[in-house]
Amino acid sequence: MNGDANGGNGTPAPVVFSNARIVDPARDLDTKGTVIIADGVIQAAGPDVDGKDAPAGAVITDCGGKVVAPGLIDMRVFVGEPGHEHRETLRSASKAAAVGGVTTIITMPDTEPVIDEPALVDYVLRRARDTAIVRVHPAAALTKGLEGTAMTEIGMLKEAGAVAFTDGRHCIANARVMQRLMTYANEFGALVMHHPQDANLSDGGVMNMGETASRLGLMGVPLEAEIIMLERDLRLAAMTGAAYHAAQISCGESAEIVRAAKAKGHNVTAGVSINHLTLNENDIGPYRTFFKMSPPLRLEDDRRAMVEAVRDGIIDVIVSSHDPQDVETKRHPFAEAADGAIGLETLLPAALRLVHSEDVPLMTVLRAMTSRPAQLLGLDTGTLKPGAPADVIVFDPDTPWVLAKEDIVSRSKNSPFEDARFQGRVLRTLVAGRTVHPYSG
Amino acid sequence: MTAHTNDNAASFPHRHLLGIEGLQPSEILTLLDLADQAVEVSRQVEKKKAVLRGRTQINLFFEASTRTQSSFELAGKRLGADVMNMSVASSSVKKGETLIDTAATLNAMHPDLLVVRHHAAGAVKLLADKVGCSVVNAGDGAHEHPTQALLDALTMRRHKGQIAGLTVAICGDIRHSRVARSNFLLLNALGARVRVVAPRTLLPASVDRLGVDVYTDMRTGLKDVDIVMMLRLQRERMSGAFVPSVREYFRYWGLDAEKLSYAKDDALVMHPGPMNRGVEIDPEIADGPRSLIREQVEMGVAVRMAVLEALAAHLPNN
Repeated sequence: MNGDANGGNGTPAPVVFSNARIVDPARDLDTKGTVIIADGVIQAAGPDVDGKDAPAGAVITDCGGKVVAPGLIDMRVFVGEPGHEHRETLRSASKAAAVGGVTTIITMPDTEPVIDEPALVDYVLRRARDTAIVRVHPAAALTKGLEGTAMTEIGMLKEAGAVAFTDGRHCIANARVMQRLMTYANEFGALVMHHPQDANLSDGGVMNMGETASRLGLMGVPLEAEIIMLERDLRLAAMTGAAYHAAQISCGESAEIVRAAKAKGHNVTAGVSINHLTLNENDIGPYRTFFKMSPPLRLEDDRRAMVEAVRDGIIDVIVSSHDPQDVETKRHPFAEAADGAIGLETLLPAALRLVHSEDVPLMTVLRAMTSRPAQLLGLDTGTLKPGAPADVIVFDPDTPWVLAKEDIVSRSKNSPFEDARFQGRVLRTLVAGRTVHPYSG
Repeated sequence: MTAHTNDNAASFPHRHLLGIEGLQPSEILTLLDLADQAVEVSRQVEKKKAVLRGRTQINLFFEASTRTQSSFELAGKRLGADVMNMSVASSSVKKGETLIDTAATLNAMHPDLLVVRHHAAGAVKLLADKVGCSVVNAGDGAHEHPTQALLDALTMRRHKGQIAGLTVAICGDIRHSRVARSNFLLLNALGARVRVVAPRTLLPASVDRLGVDVYTDMRTGLKDVDIVMMLRLQRERMSGAFVPSVREYFRYWGLDAEKLSYAKDDALVMHPGPMNRGVEIDPEIADGPRSLIREQVEMGVAVRMAVLEALAAHLPNN
């Protein structure tokens, strides 16, 4: 289902969630109350809402104090469609998303073919409309073929429905190319998302550079590969005035740089993957390839710095960086395995670890996955404000559970959280008022 | 020495025409008045004048240009000069020293007028400093192309009566355009209001300091203008380095009837040529009733006659 479609057969019955803990970061609202949904839209959500005001035929659910929140928006999702459908299709990704409480996914253009043409944006939107059960908004490529040389038709791609522009996993090495495309993107108010990692400094590196890499005999990726590129990007953002989003940062120094750029009033934001908030390089242990990712997992100090940056609002967005890889790409010696981990299903449960450890308030964690990405992308979702599309999740923040491999919904199973213990689980997911995930466990 | 050239010597006191920069408004008007007369001459059966009889004019083009070169050639011939064209393949010419060597070689041939185009900004000035004759800049890099600005002004003035008070939108590849820079200077000198309209990637840095109002959107940029001047976008600049593609450029910055409708009802369309139909301008507009593009070519010959005639008053032994 794409951004506008309401899909499916007939209109779902109105829904009332009573006795809920409503958390709506867009309104700084954390309160007991009631949510009324009808016609695919939030009718009311707040402490003084009376379920009796719901339209006739409403299905009333007593939430028993469970959390009702806006559906999550995941700004960094790799899907195998088109080109690598055996890893993940739009449909399978959307099912995994629904299970994880993610109601909007932003798909990366790293497909075959690369999403660098208006017709291909249209293709993704049509496939999503016909096959996906959550909202899908494509991000289009910044450079043709992700080659880092020629800018794409940012104006026409945006008209076709691309909500952001990125070269996905690729880093644009040429500063002049980056400067020109940021200048050009700014004409259209287009968001430039970039993976800041210098390809020369990181060349050959397969994990964080340092003691662990040296012990394991693996080549390292230095922090500077990220820091230098991020500094370059932030200076170009200041020079061009473009809206710039660092797709993922991974170390404390990067957070400091972003903090400074924001303090100067530049139009820059940053994201972090859930992996870099909850895991560190020690998790790689005996060469476990599901923990191989880009940027690499860093030290515990860096992880803590990322958590603090989320708490302080320096990091704006938490993403799953969902990157399905199959045995063909992951069952290799560590250095030869592909980067990437799936994460749609575990995004919220893993993020709740930060809440349970009392490092970050629930409101802040949810904001980084709802209203903040909606703001950056110009979406009307990510909130429970009356009139907003009824993308809603119900979750129990406390239920303990263990992720079993056989329960993974995603077509690829490369989860770094296999057999991990979580506390908190999504019970129900609604997209445009329609239930797309009724938890049955 | 005739009385005629004497007048010109007083009202146009320059040995070279290297740019619009440095010209007084009155001097520009002198050239335009002379050009008006040249238009009449060019429209007669007998197109010859004798102002440059016995003089040698060399057209030295380090960068190929059929239209400008032939325009200067015709202008010189109509004034009675012996005209020689020298096309120098820029690839075989080493920059700097060789340019000066070329100047010295040419100087030894005693030309009276040198018309020079070069791909490097400032190259024509460099050459002018080394020769004893009058030099006309026929375009140096992205710096100036004074005769183009003059012919544009002549065309505008003949249709609108005067330049002062007009609003002129110059659209497209301003960044690489010598035509734009000469036009900024000339139009400002004569009291027009100048706008530029282009994506930022095609605007030079600090363009707002060059006496223009800056727009990046065609519709707001063309609102209520009297003249829309489209610039050529070279092919190699529309494949991703400055703009992503021809179709995207045309969609947002190409001049079509819809975008032109934001200009004044009697707004006229100009283009220094050569045009890329379907890139910066819709064929319907380029070849339509509001297009002055053909007329600009005619005015080009007249303006170049005027410039050569004005410089004739300062030629050696005159």
